[in-house]
Amino acid sequence: MMPVTEHSHVMLRISKKKINCPGFATLFFNHAIDFKPGQFIMVWIPGVDEKPYTISFHSKKEFGITIEAKGIFSRQAIAMEAGDIIGIRGPFGNGFEIVSSFSSIAVVAGGCGMAPLATLIEKLGNSLFFIHGARSQQFILYPDRFGVKRHICTDDGSTGHQGFVTDLLEKKIESMQKNRDKLFDMVYACGPEIMMYRVFKICDIHNIPCQISLERYMRCGFGVCGACVCGKQVVCRDGPVFDSDTLRDMTDFNRKALLKSGKIVELDKYVSWRSQ
Amino acid sequence: MTLKFLGKILNNPIVLASGILGNSKDILQRVHDSGCGLVTMKSIGPFPRDGHKNPSVIDLGHGIINAVGLPSPGYNNMEDEWKMLENRNFPLNASIYGGSVHEYQIVAEFVSSKKPDFIEINISCPNSDKHGMIFGVNEQSSYDVVSAVKKVINVPLIVKLTPQAINIGKIAIACEEAGADAICAINTTGPGMVIDIESQMPVLAFKTGGLSGPMIKPIAIRCVYDIFRTVSIPIIGLGGITTGEDAIEMVMAGASLVGIGSAVRYRGIDVFRKINRELNNWLDVHNYTLNDIRGAAHQQKSSSGTAPACMGSSYKRSGRESESGDTDQSDDKIKLGDCKSGEIK
Repeated sequence: MMPVTEHSHVMLRISKKKINCPGFATLFFNHAIDFKPGQFIMVWIPGVDEKPYTISFHSKKEFGITIEAKGIFSRQAIAMEAGDIIGIRGPFGNGFEIVSSFSSIAVVAGGCGMAPLATLIEKLGNSLFFIHGARSQQFILYPDRFGVKRHICTDDGSTGHQGFVTDLLEKKIESMQKNRDKLFDMVYACGPEIMMYRVFKICDIHNIPCQISLERYMRCGFGVCGACVCGKQVVCRDGPVFDSDTLRDMTDFNRKALLKSGKIVELDKYVSWRSQ
Repeated sequence: MTLKFLGKILNNPIVLASGILGNSKDILQRVHDSGCGLVTMKSIGPFPRDGHKNPSVIDLGHGIINAVGLPSPGYNNMEDEWKMLENRNFPLNASIYGGSVHEYQIVAEFVSSKKPDFIEINISCPNSDKHGMIFGVNEQSSYDVVSAVKKVINVPLIVKLTPQAINIGKIAIACEEAGADAICAINTTGPGMVIDIESQMPVLAFKTGGLSGPMIKPIAIRCVYDIFRTVSIPIIGLGGITTGEDAIEMVMAGASLVGIGSAVRYRGIDVFRKINRELNNWLDVHNYTLNDIRGAAHQQKSSSGTAPACMGSSYKRSGRESESGDTDQSDDKIKLGDCKSGEIK
């Protein structure tokens, strides 16, 4: 079996496809890959494009990527079927840092930000505080997957708390303080950048370290082309996971990002380009 | 080891190649802080341009193939960036490109007004049918671009050349005659192609791409060697330089400064400091300065067949040589009085 490497793509056949919810599908491959939660791979559909995705399912012999249909590439990707071939190179970047001595951990997922956190949750085990936010009940990814209790919030209140994941995080920290419990050793978060920024800020006020996973337009995946720079950080190589110390100095976090041309724009402009 | 290059003081002879990082002031600052003597901005074009679709950069292990395709916000669409760069504490090389002599001129004049320390014109990128390389493979078009740009700028002009030119030495002469202050060589070579045999398609979306990294170093060394023999302006040598020893080799071919690009992939962003340290270690061990070894490989061995012990800093190039490319041995002056211990092997 050809190992997947950081060099040119290895072409893999989709072994099965699972529709997660409207507009979301997971493509599975019967192939081993050396992967750490939080890393990403470059996914190539010949003749279409190549984009970075995290691995959302990982075992010794199989892995899967969850794709949300947004643009030309992702629509094409979720329309693919078992037997179709896709090129993979990677994994790239640094994953989440897991420290075995952590006894109190929170994981905060927003929307498709659940994907990179899924394998992390499986690695961390069941003693963690897990918050998951989505548009509505039907968009809760992997609803029956984890043994750990999930604190859900939705935009429309169709299930769980109606509001933001940060509401639940703040409430939990408040109650920990009130009970004089030890605060979290680490908070892991992935979701819209504004959400991650708020998680970071809440954690920072309480001196809780956090790690978040950033998204930027990428080309090379290994830190030379500069397409994904965010402040002084090269997201594909230095990240995509960044810790509180780095985030504190990251001038463009939740502020600016580069378009494909290299033009540096306000984040909302970047986000609207990316969701086309 | 500070040095002077075209009238500017640089902390060291290591240069960031254009197209590598170079997208914002912040990242240029970091490259500078990582021990780079001169940072180069990503090539700036006349209009906003997205570049090519992905896959656009692939690591082949022994080097990289890329067809990023000259993305640029466009010269007059970068106001915030120029503003930030006004207050920089590092020397800056601004790379530019155009699709016609006139476009090069417009971009160059504007960029010059933003006061970079140098302007580098890219007449060598292989990843566009309309920009870059089509100018740099021909002496007349090279001359035309360089002389037109030279008229409208008031900072030193560096011209970046392509190894695709049939005779890169002649292109360098045309650039020097047109007023270039320095030559930068080489841009990516090829272009090459990688075909995926399962999908039976070229991997790069643009199909072809420029090659860089260790696999092209011998081509880069040969090009710089050829250029050194033909012009008297300084050369920034680059192409596959990954270690201090590679940098020494490039200086011996004739480079005054040494550029780093793909090595960022293989050794991280600290590569600038690492290579500079390795280069200095080599010089220390051999008791040489950079000036001592610049162009050393052009030195003829003595008639007895033994290697001369050193070249001496006053080694003079013959300037434009006969087109045969044969070395005129009478110009190879070995100043034995300057000899230092240690041999060049």
